[in-house]
Amino acid sequence: MSASAVHSLWTTAATAADPITKIDAPKIEYGQLSPTLIVVGAAIIGVLIEAFVPRKSRYVAQVFMSAVALCAAFAAVVALAADGYGTTKAHIAAMGAIAVDGPSLFLQGTILLAGLVGLFTFAERRLDPEAHGNRVDSFAAQAASVPGSDSEKAAVKAGFTTTEVFPLLLFAISGMLVFPSANDLLTLFVALEVFSLPLYLLCALARRKRLMSQEAAVKYFLLGAFASAFTLFGIALLYGYAGSVSYARIAQVVDGTVTNVDPALADTMGNDALLLVGGAMIVMGLLFKVGAVPFHMWTPDVYQGAPTPVTGFMASATKVAAFGALLRLLYVVLPGLRWDWRPVMWAVAIITMLGGAIVAITQTDIKRLLAYSSIAHAGFILAGVIATSKDGVSSVLFYLAAYSFVTLGAFAVVTLVRDAGGEATHLSKWAGLGRRSPLVAAVFAVFLLAFAGIPLTSGFAGKFAVFKAAAEGGAAPLVVIGVISSAVAAFFYIRVIVLMFFSEPRPEGPTVAVPSPLTMTAIGLGVVVTLVLGVAPQYFLDLANQAGVFVR
Amino acid sequence: MSFPLLTATAVLPAIGAIATAAVPAARRTAAKWLALLVSLATLALAITILVRFDPDGSRYQLTESHSWIAYFGVRYELGVDGIAVALIALTALLMPFIILAGWHDADPLETGSRRWRPTQGFFALILAVEAMVIISFEATDVFLFYIFFEAMLIPMYFLIGGFGDRAHEHGEEAASTQRSYAAVKFLLYNLIGGLIMLAAVIGLYVVAGNFSLQEIAQARANGSLHMATSTERWLFLGFFFAFAVKAPLWPLHTWLPNAMQESTAPVAVLITAVVDKVGTFAMLRFCLQLFPEASKWATPVILVLALISIVYGALLAVGQRDIKRLVAYASISHFGFIILGIFAMTSQGQSGATLYMVNHGISTAALMLVAGFLISRRGSRLIGDYGGVQKVAPVLAGTFLIGGLATLSLPGLAPFVSEFLVLVGTFTRYPAVGIIATFGIVLAALYTLVLYQRTMTGPVKKEVSAMPDLRVRELVVVAPLIVLLVFLGVYPKPVTDIVNPAVKSTLSDVHKKDPKPPVEAAK
Repeated sequence: MSASAVHSLWTTAATAADPITKIDAPKIEYGQLSPTLIVVGAAIIGVLIEAFVPRKSRYVAQVFMSAVALCAAFAAVVALAADGYGTTKAHIAAMGAIAVDGPSLFLQGTILLAGLVGLFTFAERRLDPEAHGNRVDSFAAQAASVPGSDSEKAAVKAGFTTTEVFPLLLFAISGMLVFPSANDLLTLFVALEVFSLPLYLLCALARRKRLMSQEAAVKYFLLGAFASAFTLFGIALLYGYAGSVSYARIAQVVDGTVTNVDPALADTMGNDALLLVGGAMIVMGLLFKVGAVPFHMWTPDVYQGAPTPVTGFMASATKVAAFGALLRLLYVVLPGLRWDWRPVMWAVAIITMLGGAIVAITQTDIKRLLAYSSIAHAGFILAGVIATSKDGVSSVLFYLAAYSFVTLGAFAVVTLVRDAGGEATHLSKWAGLGRRSPLVAAVFAVFLLAFAGIPLTSGFAGKFAVFKAAAEGGAAPLVVIGVISSAVAAFFYIRVIVLMFFSEPRPEGPTVAVPSPLTMTAIGLGVVVTLVLGVAPQYFLDLANQAGVFVR
Repeated sequence: MSFPLLTATAVLPAIGAIATAAVPAARRTAAKWLALLVSLATLALAITILVRFDPDGSRYQLTESHSWIAYFGVRYELGVDGIAVALIALTALLMPFIILAGWHDADPLETGSRRWRPTQGFFALILAVEAMVIISFEATDVFLFYIFFEAMLIPMYFLIGGFGDRAHEHGEEAASTQRSYAAVKFLLYNLIGGLIMLAAVIGLYVVAGNFSLQEIAQARANGSLHMATSTERWLFLGFFFAFAVKAPLWPLHTWLPNAMQESTAPVAVLITAVVDKVGTFAMLRFCLQLFPEASKWATPVILVLALISIVYGALLAVGQRDIKRLVAYASISHFGFIILGIFAMTSQGQSGATLYMVNHGISTAALMLVAGFLISRRGSRLIGDYGGVQKVAPVLAGTFLIGGLATLSLPGLAPFVSEFLVLVGTFTRYPAVGIIATFGIVLAALYTLVLYQRTMTGPVKKEVSAMPDLRVRELVVVAPLIVLLVFLGVYPKPVTDIVNPAVKSTLSDVHKKDPKPPVEAAK
């Protein structure tokens, strides 16, 4: 038997129509995906820096490289927006996986700026006293060493620092950039995991109170994994319903406007149970990420336990990304189902607003207080989501941008107030801060007033925008409840101000550390954005308004 | 484009506030003088407004209009009618006296932190309040008004909570606790009022599509903007609730006695004579113009609440042991008169109410500031701690008496004219209401004279015996106020001339005409 005859036993000669040539090379619009690609590339370079650059120069290299990458990615977003990709040229890139449109670009820009400010607070090394002659940041010397053990002491003594946080930050940001622009369910899930996993890790890396930090990370990881599982299950059910993971296709099936129905689809597309349960499970996963009641349980523990720079970044950027994804899911995939999801979202928004505001009153730790405040704010943003109108989209976009800078600034201030045990987060220690450090207290008061939605701050403009959209969308009772919970929320923000300005300082109270220009930039930017968006929000409202249209 | 006079009047104190706050810690006196100069310059601008305003001209004058937040349909629109002009003049007039009276109120007791600058803060906050009050009198855009109506709570809150009387029977710790309680109560009441108004403001936008007072009022008048009856009533209630908290009207008044009691006398004057006027002013400008039908619908209830305020405030004033609390309850009674005048819906009533706002501002300022001088001498707010002061400090006692007589509306002093107008205006439409309201005057005589008798007459108490009389600075504060009280009591025409046309057009908004005098009707 000849060699070729033997070969033919298990192969056939290629016919003229080679099956390989039938698969088209995927068409990737690298230019339009450049913001994400730049950040992913930088994250990978960051890993390489960890591997090859000597320990002494890693910090500088990482910070510099990350900052450059984030700036470049932001520039790419601006260039795309200026080119009209946010409005007229909005389209779906990467074989239907990624939508490049107004909301995507707006949210990506916001996330990148928040990431940049977050990076500044990550890189801060002047707050903690020097350990063995080395400047230290907020992160554990060596994550793997057991808290309190000899190996930890040795790591501190050797001046180790966890510079891995920078690539982790970049990976998280890259996932967040994809999350709100994902245009099919699988991309959505991959993005969810890409940004969640680094965050779980970052939460565990606090230098002080390490056990608490690790506990927070475990809680976050377990509950997060649970939520991810829900999301994935929901994706499977929706796929079973519509026979596709593509947003546009599912929307068509839901609307009943779908063409070329194959027999399998004809079988399943009448099965509303699949659709409703699947949709609900995905939405649940997203509500977990935004911290809406009743999926909020992780928020206070994680916010309190995580290193404060991580908390600040997480509180702002995660919320932006998750609300972006939620908006796209509800507005692009499930608009045909809005009569089903609106009542549910009403209920969630109401209990989120009231629950967050009421529980916050009893808090005695500033980080937990801000956590509950962030829950209440999630409720306000949901009111805008419920509007189901273009104004609803743009008001949510504006609120997210306004809120993230206030949050970053507020948590950056929290890092400054310290005593011997690290950050003094117990509220009683903040008594009389206004006497000792009027400037820091005044800045924090500005952030609190913005959270409370007092006019002339960005918080008011944002709140007005979402409530207006909600009222126009026929949700007037929601506005009234929102207003009432704002009043409740105002109470505990004011309480902190009272404590800072009208209480006598304690003799052994905390000191305010003088930060490096990095944290100062973060706080300064927070104040400027808060006031500018409060006094002259017109430009940014227009921007959000132009960006308020999804591509399908 | 002409010189933006209205903007300048509001911006000048705002800039002054920033400049005052920026004065270095060691130069306290410079900060005081700067604040005083700024307030005088603002007064000059306010007088210019008064002069340039033509009472017989168009309804809103000196108008300015610029696009601000187009996305929300918000415009930066300013304009004044006679009522606003009178109140701006009152605000600008009282400010120099408030600053001068509070000259030493914020001097630091001990040299604490190098960066702690209470004096600068005190005067900067006062100027900030002035700026925000003036712009809320000027705003003809509902959103613009709302922003400053709310924002002025913040500086007021710090003024109440951060600065109080030096002396306190239970020591500084207790004083500080009570102060922050009063400040928080003030803020929460007003913030909740404001937030409910926010819901109504949003509702108004959903119904009307813009925030311009003139446009909406015009559209309502010519029928192009129709509001469902229930919508109009809900929106009216949202607005009115906020203004009734601010004014304050019974039963939303309980923050005022606390706030006035705990703050220093000049700040108490700032609250009751200036900031609270924004509430009653806004009832006239926004409630009546935007929601005429609902205003008429709510009138009976509001009249009853106003009556309760008048009588209840006066009764509680009679029973007070604390001088400042007494003045606070007296003010609640007076605010009842103002609201009564507004909702009597007659031209005498509303002219009287506007005049009442001005006169109440001046008379309360006189009484409260003298009371503040008295309290600072003895270190106690309790009436029972005084006695026989008129023998030791006759000038102080005399000015206190005149302030008190003005409060009880003695003929010949300014408040008499306005109270008379309000009562006449009420009586022509609601005789029974007018009669009950008169009891308020009787009670006013009681609480004022008893206060005077127990503090100023009788045997000289030991603690009072060394009390110095009014100093030059204090005389400079009090004398002009008393001169004004007498002048406006004898010759109120300058104010009524400005106010009357504005009141006429407000009344025509609610489609109300004055009832015919009974004599004429009998013909």
